[in-house]
Amino acid sequence: MKSILSAPINIIKADIGTDINSPRRYNLLRRKIVSLMALVTLIPLLSLAGLNYYEHQNTMAAEIQAPLRALVGKAKHSFELFLAERTSAVSFIASAYSFDELSDDANLQRIFQVMRREFTGFVDLGLIDVAGNQLSYAGPYDLKGRNYTEQPWFHQVQFKGTYVSDVFLGFRKFPHVVIAVRHTTESGRSWILRATLDTMHFDRIISAMGLEPGSDAFLVNRSGILQTESRRYGKVLDILPFDLPSTGFESNVQSIRDQKGQDNFIASAFIANTDFALVAVKPKPTAFSTWYTVRLDLLFIFVSSVILIFLAVYRVTSLLISRLQESDEQRMGAIHQMEHSQKLSSIGRLAAGVAHEINNPLAIINEKAGLMRDIMNLRPDFPDKDKFGRQIEAILRSVDRCRGITHRMLSFAKRMDVKIEVLDVNTVLVETLGFLEREAQYRNVELKRELAHNLPQIPTDHGQIQQVFLNILNNALAAVPDGGQIVIRSWDESEDFIGVSVQDNGCGMSEETAKNMFEPFFTTKKEKGTGLGMSITYGIVKRLGGEIQVKTKLNEGTTMTILLPKRSVEG
Amino acid sequence: MDALNILLIDDEEAFVTTLQERLEMRGYTARVALDGQSGLVMIAQDPPDVVVLDLRMPGMSGLETLRRIRGEWPGLPVIMLSGHGSDQDFEACQNLGAARYHKKPLDIEDLLDSIRTVTQGHVPGR
Repeated sequence: MKSILSAPINIIKADIGTDINSPRRYNLLRRKIVSLMALVTLIPLLSLAGLNYYEHQNTMAAEIQAPLRALVGKAKHSFELFLAERTSAVSFIASAYSFDELSDDANLQRIFQVMRREFTGFVDLGLIDVAGNQLSYAGPYDLKGRNYTEQPWFHQVQFKGTYVSDVFLGFRKFPHVVIAVRHTTESGRSWILRATLDTMHFDRIISAMGLEPGSDAFLVNRSGILQTESRRYGKVLDILPFDLPSTGFESNVQSIRDQKGQDNFIASAFIANTDFALVAVKPKPTAFSTWYTVRLDLLFIFVSSVILIFLAVYRVTSLLISRLQESDEQRMGAIHQMEHSQKLSSIGRLAAGVAHEINNPLAIINEKAGLMRDIMNLRPDFPDKDKFGRQIEAILRSVDRCRGITHRMLSFAKRMDVKIEVLDVNTVLVETLGFLEREAQYRNVELKRELAHNLPQIPTDHGQIQQVFLNILNNALAAVPDGGQIVIRSWDESEDFIGVSVQDNGCGMSEETAKNMFEPFFTTKKEKGTGLGMSITYGIVKRLGGEIQVKTKLNEGTTMTILLPKRSVEG
Repeated sequence: MDALNILLIDDEEAFVTTLQERLEMRGYTARVALDGQSGLVMIAQDPPDVVVLDLRMPGMSGLETLRRIRGEWPGLPVIMLSGHGSDQDFEACQNLGAARYHKKPLDIEDLLDSIRTVTQGHVPGR
């Protein structure tokens, strides 16, 4: 409340019409602009960041997938080469030797020894005739004389010419693969040469792939049964815990989530002439570890950009809004001032008209009453002379009072004109104080002067400025109790203004009174005042290009401060 | 010594006749004209010692009447009355040579004072 009261008058004026200037409206506006600007700036940033993120991830994935694909392709070729060599060896032996030579155990044993020397991995070798009987055998097991007619591989080799079996566990629980080749001579005689390979070499090829820790590679057949040991999915002949993604003979990479919920890249390719697919698995977190650090950096940059943008937007908008608010307030203040002075000048014209119209009938009343008194005085024997005399005096007193009012109203209208002369404000102050000194003495009120000695002379209207001082001093005198104090100060305020203040320790004003004190016809003096004094004062000070401020607190006193321009103002 | 001859020119009949009566009760000779034109005629017929003239009148205004009086009878003192009383009016009257200026409603003693002052040294009934 005190802050409102001590504010310059134009701010008080601006506060009166707060509908358009309400803080809520500016907050709403601020929110709208901030949201709009944030949206406009953040949406492109967001989409750019999103697109970048997506593209980057794709590129990263491609970069991770390519080596994996190449690795699987190379290993697949090693497998194919290995199996093709072994198949060729068996095929060569089947065709290079005659049936008789092969059916001789000693001969076969010798051939098997040479074969083992040249090609690693062979475990045994046997000859089987078209009826499916094992005719000869070289190797660790006693298989001679067995019949294979009922076995599916036998039919397949009869039909296809060569056959590579799935992995199976032999008698010594080693995983094995069977290679069988059918040979038919020109005379039409056929036989089948069957060799067993242990799969240690498969493991060797896989370990030669140089897999990173956490990665895995294995062979699996079309039914999803592991053909080599997997680091993550089990031993030989276990079932792969997830479905093999669609696989061709060219290595391709797919993304798959395994039974543990882990995301993996899986590269797979079928190995020619077999039922096997080579599968390499690389878990995504490993694959993306570098990408994740990059992503963290990106996220940091993104978040700080967003914060920066938001702060900048908020700051700029706040600045804009406060400028807007300021200019709105100034505009409102100016409108109020204009309204006020317009009000004053129309009141002035009205007052002059009313005063003039009333003065004529008032003059008649005055003369009639005067005549009555004259007549009465001429006749000493007038009946009820005293009684009539009192009535006439009352009429004349009332006419006097009315005259006082109409003259004040006329002089109010008269003050619309300004006559400028250069003068010393201190002199005018002292002069004006002269009018009041007697009353002050009578009421024991101290009029304390603190006037600046070097106060520059200013161009102003002597009569009007005197009226201003008189009005303010009169109010101060009315406000202070008997024995109170009024301090009158003058000082050099700035390059453009001098200041005059009147401070009293009187009754002060309520907020309501302070708000209305410059309004025409507002009075606290009841029938003693016209309610025009402070309005006139305000009008004069404004017309002289000055400022008037009021600082007041109820029961503590009031300080009225006037700033008067050092240079004359136009208008 | 003859009584001073006063001419009152004012359109407000109730005012001016009352004033006339009050002046006569005080021993003056007072005549009344209700507009500027008839006032000028009455001056021509029988010049008064002093004219009391209202500023605002219908037809010929107080200022115009004043100008004519000052033109034809420069020695005749004129006291102006006005219900308005602006500075400009006052100045205009002074410039046209009005002797005194009173605001309505007026105090009869002030008016008598002015009449006595402006007619001092003046030979009544000339």
